[in-house]
Amino acid sequence: MAKQVSGKPYLREVSTTQWYLRNEIYLRYIARELTCVFIGIYTVILLVGIWRLSQGQVAYEAFLQALRSPTSILFHLVALAFSVYHSVTWFNLTPKAMPIQIGEQFVPDNVIIGAHYLGWAVVSLAIIILAGVF
Amino acid sequence: MAKSNKPIVWGPFAAGGTVTAFVTPVLILLTLSAALGHVPDGLTYEGMHTLASHWFGKLAIFAVITLSLWSSAHRLRSTFFDFGLRRDNLIAAVVYFMAIAGGLACLVFLLCI
Repeated sequence: MAKQVSGKPYLREVSTTQWYLRNEIYLRYIARELTCVFIGIYTVILLVGIWRLSQGQVAYEAFLQALRSPTSILFHLVALAFSVYHSVTWFNLTPKAMPIQIGEQFVPDNVIIGAHYLGWAVVSLAIIILAGVF
Repeated sequence: MAKSNKPIVWGPFAAGGTVTAFVTPVLILLTLSAALGHVPDGLTYEGMHTLASHWFGKLAIFAVITLSLWSSAHRLRSTFFDFGLRRDNLIAAVVYFMAIAGGLACLVFLLCI
């Protein structure tokens, strides 16, 4: 029995502005993409800091003072969460983006990911020590 | 063979994504500490001026800022698309221009120190 072939193909309606609310995987994807907004704004804050530094001590210390506003503290906390989310998703993807083959075997995913987490801890600790926190 | 500018755009994105993954959280912790009133020695005027006076310090600051700006710009471009803004060529031009302008400004500020 021949099937009826419709002249009009079925087009699923997908919202272009809210499609990511459809399920948790999309939501996690969009959260990962949104990390760029917070990392981007934070980088602009760093750039402003370098600009103020180039203007001398008074300007730079005014910048440090401006960092102490409640808005700045709140932004730092949110940006910290998003930047950690970026690091975690980035490192977890490295075995896919950069598989390492030794002989016939591929290095297991968790070894590559673990090495990145170890490197992340070492780099973070080194920057904290270099910045004279302790 | 078709010409593509994808490697030029994607290379710094990958580098920037890696740099921000390694250093941005700890940098935020340091400036958060300053925001809470405990300025680490390295973030005082003397500390930052010493760092930015050395060529290696300038290079490190320049690399972190330019690569972070570029990877954020590249991801922002696809994020705009995901939120339904489909004028990709215009958005790409704007975000990449802003990243390059920020990088050049950073270079000028560093050379003034």
